[in-house]
Amino acid sequence: FAGVAGGNDFQWCFSQVKGAIDEDVAEADIISTVEFNYSGELLATGDKGGRVVIFQHEQESKNRPHLRGEYNVYSTFQSHEPEFDYLKSLEIEEKINKIRWLPQQNAAHFLLSTNDKTIKLWKISERDKRAEGYNLKDEDGRVRDPFRITSLRVPVLMPMDLMVEASPRRIFANAHTYHINSISVNSDHETYLSADDLRINLWHLEITDRSFNIVDIKPANMEELTEVITAAECHPHQCNVFVYSSSKGTIRLCDMREAALCDRHSKFFEEPEDPSSRSFFSEIISSISDVKFSHSGRYMMTRDYLSVKVWDLNMENRPVETYQVHEYLRSKLCSLYENDCIFDKFECCWNGSDSAIMTGSYNNFFRMFDRNTRRDITLEASRESSKPRATLKPRKVSTGGKRKKDEISVDSLDFNKKILHTAWHPKDNVIAVAATNNLYIFQDKIN
Amino acid sequence: MSFATAMEVNVEARRILAVSISKLYASRSQRGGLRLHRSLLLSMVMRSARDIYHSSRESEQPNGEQPATEEPMDTNCDPKEKARLTPDLADTSADMAPGVSDKLDESDCDITEDKENLSPAKQSRKRRGKASAAPDFLPSKRARLEPGEERYAAPVGSCRAGVGDYRSALTLNQVIPAF
Repeated sequence: FAGVAGGNDFQWCFSQVKGAIDEDVAEADIISTVEFNYSGELLATGDKGGRVVIFQHEQESKNRPHLRGEYNVYSTFQSHEPEFDYLKSLEIEEKINKIRWLPQQNAAHFLLSTNDKTIKLWKISERDKRAEGYNLKDEDGRVRDPFRITSLRVPVLMPMDLMVEASPRRIFANAHTYHINSISVNSDHETYLSADDLRINLWHLEITDRSFNIVDIKPANMEELTEVITAAECHPHQCNVFVYSSSKGTIRLCDMREAALCDRHSKFFEEPEDPSSRSFFSEIISSISDVKFSHSGRYMMTRDYLSVKVWDLNMENRPVETYQVHEYLRSKLCSLYENDCIFDKFECCWNGSDSAIMTGSYNNFFRMFDRNTRRDITLEASRESSKPRATLKPRKVSTGGKRKKDEISVDSLDFNKKILHTAWHPKDNVIAVAATNNLYIFQDKIN
Repeated sequence: MSFATAMEVNVEARRILAVSISKLYASRSQRGGLRLHRSLLLSMVMRSARDIYHSSRESEQPNGEQPATEEPMDTNCDPKEKARLTPDLADTSADMAPGVSDKLDESDCDITEDKENLSPAKQSRKRRGKASAAPDFLPSKRARLEPGEERYAAPVGSCRAGVGDYRSALTLNQVIPAF
């Protein structure tokens, strides 16, 4: 089986896994977001406990150039803490909903991390030198007795063990009444947007005490509420364009040049519903959980409960491609409603060249679709296939009555093992897959 | 729709309604507060289930007459319990809506829910624990609604007359999206 997103010799193999092996998973350790930076050198994860862990790609060793380098922990810090809103008697979760990197402009790295209510800009910088030989304080930092100082000296910079420091540079708070679901850095590198269930705000990275509200879908009478915003993203090249998806399965593209408040969309993307597939749960499964522009900016991809759709920005009435992620779940929607799985929000991502897309499923399965060959593959993130450079075997879910060997039946799927967050390296065939509290890194086999 | 199928759909719809209600209640005590998106989706499922429940009830009348509250022809479940399901829903939703809209409101909101200026008759000072809030199989203390009937509040001299109107005009249709 020739692999997806590559030549005929392409195969995915295991590279690394991060996180505890314990069967008992602490809720705080559950990974809630995964994001590569623009170069792919850094990989950030956020978890339910409000922590951010950044991995750095080590250079390939000179002894073994045929192996890609590994990702090792670069920095760990507590981004958000649990808070309490006394006015509404509500706890504000510390879970990191999204991390977005800023393009690198100097030696330091910057990222935005957000929980339900507050966005923070973090600076991650390296320190590998220390000044020694101060006049007024000694090496411990204690102030020297001025009478003891008999001569002046110039402090000298001495090398020290590399220290990576993370410091919060900006805190963007109190701008969202509802729960923040998305943040997106604009291509102007100066502004970014944040979206909650009913509103989208535009911020300047330097200004924390105010933001512009650019979308507001809150009805005058909340009883008339029929849809919420589920995701939003800035266009990768046009800094005046952004999109937002809704719980009704629609996407609106807005141009900020048209008006200060972009309540009227420039484009409206919706696929007509297939009336034969209506059920109690039609509305839930059509809710879009993620929207991502292609790197080219020509296409965008949306994820709903059962499928991934690729849209051409020039065509609003239907997607150009639709990929079924786990159609076999359509007959199980009632059970999935009862066990809450139907509310799971899966993300999706493009590869660097936009030739392939990836999204997660249950049983620690994740799916990849090659847009050119129309081939798809199901792979599993599991400890069993976690031997160094072991090739991943394609998995298959049996849908008919007869189950072939190596296939798994729908009823045997573990719905607690869900892959909601995946990321694809912006340039190489390296992917990061979050399976509950573990982060799996897979790469292509260099033949 | 055949009688047997209508009955199955009816049972299924009721089951989904019951599951949805318990999810709604559970979400109130969830960490991070009421999630608007989830509440909206739950309410949509409930509305679909309720619509299908009502339409399957109507199709159970072979001669097409309006279904009476007491249905001697329906032998499959306790008619009192079934008739109680809908008014209980309206009752529960009406009770829940102000609490819910408190959470959803912000200071400059136009929904009129002013707890301080509510007359004592309207505002219940009683803390609703989980047990007392569950309506499922408890008899309703309020008058049972006929299908299609709306509940009207007695006129009360309150500073915020709009609040009275807001609550009295509630039907299931309007209340569900309020979650």
